[in-house]
Amino acid sequence: MSTVELFFAYFAVAMTTLSALVISVKNPVHSILLMLVLFFHIAALYLFLNAEFLAAVQVILYAGAILVLFLFVIMMLNLKEELISHRFINEWPIGLALGVSIIIFIFFAIDKLKTNFKGTHTIEAIKAETNTKAVGKLLYTDYLLPFEIASLILLIAIVGAIVLAKKER
Amino acid sequence: MVPLSWYIGLSALIFVIGLIGFLIRRNLIIMFMSIELMLNSVNISLVAFSHYLQDLKGQVIVFFIITVAAAEAAIGLAILVALFRNKNSIHTDDITEMKG
Repeated sequence: MSTVELFFAYFAVAMTTLSALVISVKNPVHSILLMLVLFFHIAALYLFLNAEFLAAVQVILYAGAILVLFLFVIMMLNLKEELISHRFINEWPIGLALGVSIIIFIFFAIDKLKTNFKGTHTIEAIKAETNTKAVGKLLYTDYLLPFEIASLILLIAIVGAIVLAKKER
Repeated sequence: MVPLSWYIGLSALIFVIGLIGFLIRRNLIIMFMSIELMLNSVNISLVAFSHYLQDLKGQVIVFFIITVAAAEAAIGLAILVALFRNKNSIHTDDITEMKG
């Protein structure tokens, strides 16, 4: 096994274990902290795939913003009651069986994966103008309209969150 | 170099773990986190494809997915706060008004 494969094996094992723990631990706060570690692992995997910009966005946006939002909401729920009540619904074996059958199908399908498309953004081309600049160029030319729509979605999220969480008078 | 199928396998594994978590947990907050898990696994496979097919469009799509995930988390958690205020519970089996 080469170093690269060993590196990937560590990340695969760690990320699978962490995500399995996230959905199975009893305490929601522990679950969120495990999720934080998982997001850092994902950011490292992005670095491994030459996506520096996305690695930074992953840490800043997911670990810095979304998880903090989750932690704030958890503050208002009754943790003591959470720790003594059941974690899973009564029908949990059905959900588990469904998931396992889907993953078996996917692993059979992965063997047949064939890719013969090659784009123009080779590693050397990206290195010449840095990853962030290349992504930014694409974002502000080919994807300008989706970019504007994304800003509209964020605006709706801000307004919607305030309207929904406001107390009735 | 690690083959592309390894990344797709890892992504599929995390996606299915998120799916199972969404289906079997009672706590709505954990169910939201399972959705985030699924979105992240899709991001991994998109970035892997983008690297192996040498096309940056995959990374741009990941950027949009992260934006939508942030909006979804904000709205979803606001709904959760409103729900908790009315029902005093965030367990899925306590919310049974629609059963008829």
